[in-house]
Amino acid sequence: MRKVLRLAHLYPRVMNIYGDRGNILCLRRRCEARDIELAVEDLDLGDRLDSSGYDLIFMGGGQDREQRRIAEDLAVGKGEALRKAAEDGVAMLAICGGYQLFGRYYRTAAGDDLPGAAVFDAWTVHPGEGARRCIGDMAARWEGGTLVGFENHGGRTFLGAGAQPLARVERGFGNNGKDGAEGAVYKNAYGTYLHGALLPKNPRFTDHILRIALGRRHGQVELLPLDDSVEEAAHAAALRVARRRSPPARR
Amino acid sequence: MTNRLPAQVRPTGSSERPPSQPRTGPALLSPLRRSAALLAGRAAGVASRTLRRGGGTALPGLVAEALDPGLAAGLASQLGGGCLIVTGTNGKTTTARMIAGIAATAGLEPLPNRSGSNLMRGVTTALMAEASLGGRLRNGSRRLGVFEVDETTLPYAVEALQPRVLLFTNLFRDQLDRYGEVDSVAACWRGTLESADRSLAVVLNADDPSVATLADVAPGQVTYYGLDDPSAGLACAEHAADARWCPSCGSDYGYSLLFYGHVGHWSCPGCGRRRPEPQVRALGITEEGGRTLASVETPAGRLSMSLALSGVYNVYNALAAAAAGLALGLSLETIERGLSTVTAAFGRQESFEVDGRRVLVLLGKNPAGLNQVLRTIATAETEKHMFVLLDDDIADGRDVSWIWDADFELLTGQPGAWVLSGTRAEDLALRLKYAGLEKPAAVEHDVEAALERALRQTPVGGLLHVVPTYTAMLQVRELLARRGRRAHYWEEP
Repeated sequence: MRKVLRLAHLYPRVMNIYGDRGNILCLRRRCEARDIELAVEDLDLGDRLDSSGYDLIFMGGGQDREQRRIAEDLAVGKGEALRKAAEDGVAMLAICGGYQLFGRYYRTAAGDDLPGAAVFDAWTVHPGEGARRCIGDMAARWEGGTLVGFENHGGRTFLGAGAQPLARVERGFGNNGKDGAEGAVYKNAYGTYLHGALLPKNPRFTDHILRIALGRRHGQVELLPLDDSVEEAAHAAALRVARRRSPPARR
Repeated sequence: MTNRLPAQVRPTGSSERPPSQPRTGPALLSPLRRSAALLAGRAAGVASRTLRRGGGTALPGLVAEALDPGLAAGLASQLGGGCLIVTGTNGKTTTARMIAGIAATAGLEPLPNRSGSNLMRGVTTALMAEASLGGRLRNGSRRLGVFEVDETTLPYAVEALQPRVLLFTNLFRDQLDRYGEVDSVAACWRGTLESADRSLAVVLNADDPSVATLADVAPGQVTYYGLDDPSAGLACAEHAADARWCPSCGSDYGYSLLFYGHVGHWSCPGCGRRRPEPQVRALGITEEGGRTLASVETPAGRLSMSLALSGVYNVYNALAAAAAGLALGLSLETIERGLSTVTAAFGRQESFEVDGRRVLVLLGKNPAGLNQVLRTIATAETEKHMFVLLDDDIADGRDVSWIWDADFELLTGQPGAWVLSGTRAEDLALRLKYAGLEKPAAVEHDVEAALERALRQTPVGGLLHVVPTYTAMLQVRELLARRGRRAHYWEEP
């Protein structure tokens, strides 16, 4: 029987600023190539999130004015459902603004604390209006090789003992530009500042996410290898750009 | 989550001066200093062209401003017809060109800045080119300044130039790595209007909620323009919409008609705010014999619009230009004639003849603009021979993720051959693979070789569409100008 991967896409209409559509296109394509059906459900403000209804939960990046509305919406139900799903081992991927709101809180430039979903033992602090944003091409090393993409964030994220970094920054800023960490992992939940879009040009990471997302209901899944020459060429090009242009990580 | 930048954001690397800078102060004390600044700037321009470092459309102003910060204000104050500023994400260059065409028809001598040189240094360069070394503007009494200004340069430009009319086209995501967020651009515009003089007339796109609601802070007269032709509407929403909900009450906007992105007949179900009735509105839009025709209603009567350009976005540009013309007090007849004579601006639907092929250059530099270009190409009944170039230079934006928000899917199902180039051609190839391009697109980093290949893939008598980002456009246009028939851009009238 054809496998189905049930994807919840959180706030697709507002959290989509950095080409996040590419991530969904990529998941769909890499599933279809393996004869897996990707069933996407868009969950907007006010919609209920069933913590046991999905194999993968995705949230992209957004703008400042959306931040407060999303935080309020997370606080009235979705946040609790996300925490429960994360504890149960549901796969998650949160990018940039989504990643920040998957932490415990986000302290805005004005100094207000917006509560997050607290999937990750992490918090984000914006150092103030005058602070330099972390902008540029990034290259980082994770267990599956290199990750490449672009980062653009004012907030600096710090991890507590309950979360592990996803990768070590090779070029660029990463979580906070200080400790060399990029992203966060807790059980099967992943957060990262990388967009670009992230998944299309990091096909090994995408397959890793697909494997853990499918693994919870279907056991160990063998994914048919695909012709990734176009993907790897884009990955290599982004890696070259980051190595030429972005500063080495501080740690 | 990305955060708000200070209200007056500056593009990275910009050396714009803050508005607090005295407008003419130090220069008045020393006419010699002004002459020295003009001379140094002029020398820099000559050097730039000789060394082929560019068209010299910004460097003279940059050099001269450093020596004489009040230069632009001093020269602009001599414009007898005053000046007009156009800003917004897309359509600045073409709209400004249309207004200049209308002004020329009216017997004025437009003084525009050229070729997308739209930071203060570009405006200063344009003014300098018409000034004597003594700091006098030639023919000053007959001149109307028509300046396109970068979104975040607006506060400096309004302060220095004191325009009569300020026109806003639209607001979309564009170069987020450079401008910060869409919202910070909107905040920058609001700040500019709040401190503007009451005599400033503002022209707004009624169909873009981010632009139309600027009326709240407009100091004086407001003119809206918009489209009232249901046949130009889209069946379904595009991905590249950026104003999705009402900043006053938080409800999602509803649309009875959508023309592109978030531009259409919007209303807020929460607070009841809705698209204002435009005073300048286009009714029936048709394409005939390579021209776009529309009937336009204005407070001064009806005009027949006939454009040598295609696409809904150019109808918007023309409506904006017509509304600006009315705000400047020009006659309907002048506006009608002016619009009919306007030709394509630099790299925007510009046409070349090369080796028996027609080559059309269509700048595409952000999702909303590129979607309009792709839609225009898709509706034309030609094979889709495409040469697409993606650069990630500072002027293009370092972040290329925006290509994922553009609808290449509009074209990939149609017959035609694709060649890709630019510094991030591999990212384009990947985007097109996901857009469903069956035969992989050819990637060739050498722009000249890539152009050759694209030309060869286009049959003689056929049409090649060149869709570049900004810096790639400069490069490919230079090659086309060498091989086809078209002047260098600093020689353009």
